[in-house]
Amino acid sequence: MKTFSYFPGCSLEKMATSYHQSSVQTTKALDIDLQELEDWNCCGATTYFHVDELLAYTLVGRNLAMAEKAGHDLVAPCSACFKNAYFANSYLKEDEDLANHINYALAQDNLQFSGTIQVKHLMEVFVDDVGYDTLQERVTHPLKDLRVAPYYGCQIVRPRKDHEDVENPRFFEELITAIGADPVDFANRLRCCGGSLLITSRPAAFQLIYELLLNAQHSQADVIATACPLCQTNLECYQMQINQEFGTDFKIPVLYFTQLIGLALGLPPKKLGIGTEFVSADHILTFAKEPA
Amino acid sequence: MVKKPTFSEEVANLLHASHGEPLKTCIQCGTCSGTCPVAEFMDYTPRRLIAMINANLKEEVLESNTYWYCASCFQCTVRCPSEIDIAGLMYALKRYSIWKHLYDEDAVGPVFSETFVKSILRSGRSYEPVLAPTYIFSYGVREFLNEAHTATTLMLKGRLPILPPRIKRLDNFKKMANRIIPMGEA
Repeated sequence: MKTFSYFPGCSLEKMATSYHQSSVQTTKALDIDLQELEDWNCCGATTYFHVDELLAYTLVGRNLAMAEKAGHDLVAPCSACFKNAYFANSYLKEDEDLANHINYALAQDNLQFSGTIQVKHLMEVFVDDVGYDTLQERVTHPLKDLRVAPYYGCQIVRPRKDHEDVENPRFFEELITAIGADPVDFANRLRCCGGSLLITSRPAAFQLIYELLLNAQHSQADVIATACPLCQTNLECYQMQINQEFGTDFKIPVLYFTQLIGLALGLPPKKLGIGTEFVSADHILTFAKEPA
Repeated sequence: MVKKPTFSEEVANLLHASHGEPLKTCIQCGTCSGTCPVAEFMDYTPRRLIAMINANLKEEVLESNTYWYCASCFQCTVRCPSEIDIAGLMYALKRYSIWKHLYDEDAVGPVFSETFVKSILRSGRSYEPVLAPTYIFSYGVREFLNEAHTATTLMLKGRLPILPPRIKRLDNFKKMANRIIPMGEA
């Protein structure tokens, strides 16, 4: 059994409880032990970095230092949390002066950053630590004929980390295939959902959400799969407002990839947080069937 | 005699800590503007903004809405052939304008960012309801009602927190933040 420190992040505490539930349930079923980081703090989303860079690194540094203390690599299910933790970790490892500054502040909480762990997005755990083959073997209810739009969004792949393919990643499609579903050709899969523009510049965010939903509809997706709570909220909770604004009739469920994996593993929908959507995902459940 | 840095040099200094090439290496190819999903909403496209910074057009740059429209999708950053961290530049401009209080007074972004950070420094975690006043008053009646409807549905579905969360070692956390930005008694 592989163990990770788990950083749920603020969204998963409430707005995206279903992501938290399905992450915990599916990893447990696949022999991955996620231990929630004790007393974690907000990673700052994008806004700390709008205000002060050093403070932003300090607040992320606290979480990293606590994961080091626990002795496990850190896993974040939210793409924004992941991006912040990943880059803060690598900048602090590279820049001794920056690390010294941060450590001076962290000492107030009896913590220290030493650069001993790695940071992963939850999806990487399924891709690298579970693996497509094992996942496929463990599937009891393949989601046959379910057309899934793999919505990567932004910060799971960008900015570029090592040598990853930022223009044409395939790992999300592979995961969908492993659970028996069909990944559709979704042209806007790497395009931004607007993120917090939804709050600060609504017309711009609405335009982006509208284009994404339209594109998913054109690709005849039954469901959009996401790996980020902000993407889920923007695409799903605002779908009705988009319909009003653009005179459309979108009714596309938006589920977390962990919820789809959970269904394929035969876990009860309720345990995966299914049922708290604005756009009903009930008909998706009928795809999860034991092979005859 | 110490020479006062130009605006272009100030921005270069701000970007020193970020991890791309300097703005002077921009070849004005426009890949960033063609890539940016919200370029059409911006006063100036990213390409043009970079040219304006290099030409030291400080006021025009800071008064523009361009950098507040950046949603941090990093598409420009990964595509820039000169490897300039353009999204990083937008962050740097946001910080600079908040620091010098030089942003457009009607913009929601700066107030939202500051309120967000202050709320985190109070409790250690973010809490959506305290943020609503930073933007809700910029809405028209119909938008306001729609938003109220969305919030009510979230509440009914159990997706909005009733009480603000807070971390346990909050005192230490505040003292820690105070070592970076002294804000009086923690």
